[in-house]
Amino acid sequence: MGWEYVVPGYLIVFGVLAIYAVSLIRRGRRLSEQLPPEKRRFLD
Amino acid sequence: MIEHARLIAAKDLKIEWSSRVLTAQVIPFGVLVLVLFGFGIPPDRRVLASEGGASRSLLEQASPGLFWLAVLFSLLLALNRSFAVEAADGNLDALRLAGFDPAGVFLGKSGAIVCELLVLELVVGTGAFLLYGPPLHDALQLCAVVVTTTLAMSFAGTLYGALGAGLRLRDTLVPLLVLPVLAPVLLAATRATESALFGPSSEGWAWVGFLGAFALLYLGAGILSFGSLLEES
Amino acid sequence: MTTEISPEPASKTTTMTDAVTSTGSKVTRVLGALSLVSIALLLAFGLLVSPPEIAQGDSVRLFYIHVPSAIVCLYIAFSITLVGSIIYLRNQSTFWDLMAGAAAEVGVVFLGFTLVTGMLWGKPTWGTYWTWDPRLTSTAVSFVLYLGYLAVRRLDMDPVARSKRAAILGIISFANLIIIRYSVAWWRSLHQGQTLDPRDTQLDNTMLFSFVLGVLALTMTFAWLVIHRFRIAWLEHQLEAQQLELAIAERTSQGPTGLAHGGA
Repeated sequence: MGWEYVVPGYLIVFGVLAIYAVSLIRRGRRLSEQLPPEKRRFLD
Repeated sequence: MIEHARLIAAKDLKIEWSSRVLTAQVIPFGVLVLVLFGFGIPPDRRVLASEGGASRSLLEQASPGLFWLAVLFSLLLALNRSFAVEAADGNLDALRLAGFDPAGVFLGKSGAIVCELLVLELVVGTGAFLLYGPPLHDALQLCAVVVTTTLAMSFAGTLYGALGAGLRLRDTLVPLLVLPVLAPVLLAATRATESALFGPSSEGWAWVGFLGAFALLYLGAGILSFGSLLEES
Repeated sequence: MTTEISPEPASKTTTMTDAVTSTGSKVTRVLGALSLVSIALLLAFGLLVSPPEIAQGDSVRLFYIHVPSAIVCLYIAFSITLVGSIIYLRNQSTFWDLMAGAAAEVGVVFLGFTLVTGMLWGKPTWGTYWTWDPRLTSTAVSFVLYLGYLAVRRLDMDPVARSKRAAILGIISFANLIIIRYSVAWWRSLHQGQTLDPRDTQLDNTMLFSFVLGVLALTMTFAWLVIHRFRIAWLEHQLEAQQLELAIAERTSQGPTGLAHGGA
């Protein structure tokens, strides 16, 4: 017993993680294009 | 510092007195909230009190929490007003340029809020006694709860009000910031008031201690951080 | 990992900056691959290999993500925010300012996971999604607390003043986190006997292994997310600076009349 709560839990957590990760990558690509290459990384 | 605090507090209270916003709007709002709670919680429903078996109405049982919620909502209005007054003409900048001690500004603004809240609590508290009809077990403890809670709410509220000062989004931002922070205060004030009204008093004093510690913590935090908050606000 | 195709040379030469078109790097690719592998292992062990618990049944499987995400956000993420905020207030370090923000945002996501999985665990165990359990209640309040922190970071205002306010908030929020947790625990302990305590759970070896996997998987995923989020924050910071420079250049090119106009 309990599977009906376990499965949604795992789906929500890893689903949200996947969506969040993809959105971060896309945001990073989009923002990188708007800057000259030498300013794209924190190097200090 | 104390002199600056006195000047700022006097200024804020004078503005409140002449505009009548506290008496004409904030206090009626607080009382109205009390009445509205009566619509949300069926006034005729009775519950068994924990000891003795005497039955109380649900409203009476919940009166400490409802009272402090009404105060908390009114505090949001008072805070909003306190910093709207300053933001209008870049007043906080002017105070800083005029050489006001930031710690004094913090004490002054929170001092004014303390006075406003005490007046409000007197009226709303009387209303709560009349409307909900709880007993009074320990008046001294009730006074201690009211004072420590008022200080805790005012210090924390002023600090967070300053965080939102000068921003377009202040109206919605400050409640979002203040409410979770004051959640423990609401909790402690409610428990302490319950024991002051219904007894026994022993547990209540522990919560009063918590409220006092909270107030001291935010007093310190406000004095330390107001300097950097007022810069370039 | 060997399967990754990474054309970047390891040395910090000009060729590296030329290759940057995203927030990814060799480090994040390796970390990302490791995270994916450990998540796959976690799913296998947490959902298939490990047995159900005697008292709780299969719902114990929620613990393998619930407890690790709580550990990650409360002990790692918000601690980074606290430390970053303190360092920023001391020396105005842009790195720590942005790091504090990045860790808080990812931390809030993990705090959300903690809440959701906690509630889903509560339904079969306690019979209701929401009980006024101290940890559940204080987690919900902390969630809003850090949403407020993130709201301040997003404000449209002078970046330096905003960073300063955020840093102060980052420090007080951590203190509030502790106050909320202890006051709520105290509140409940006075009025109710201990409910079924999740810490009483009996774990056998495969269950313990699944739990450790969960901590590993979520910690690595957290690190991966924070690095990406930090790099995005850095890009935004640079863009903001660039736009400011442009605005200043435009204004100075308009000559003294333009200055007199916009100066008020």
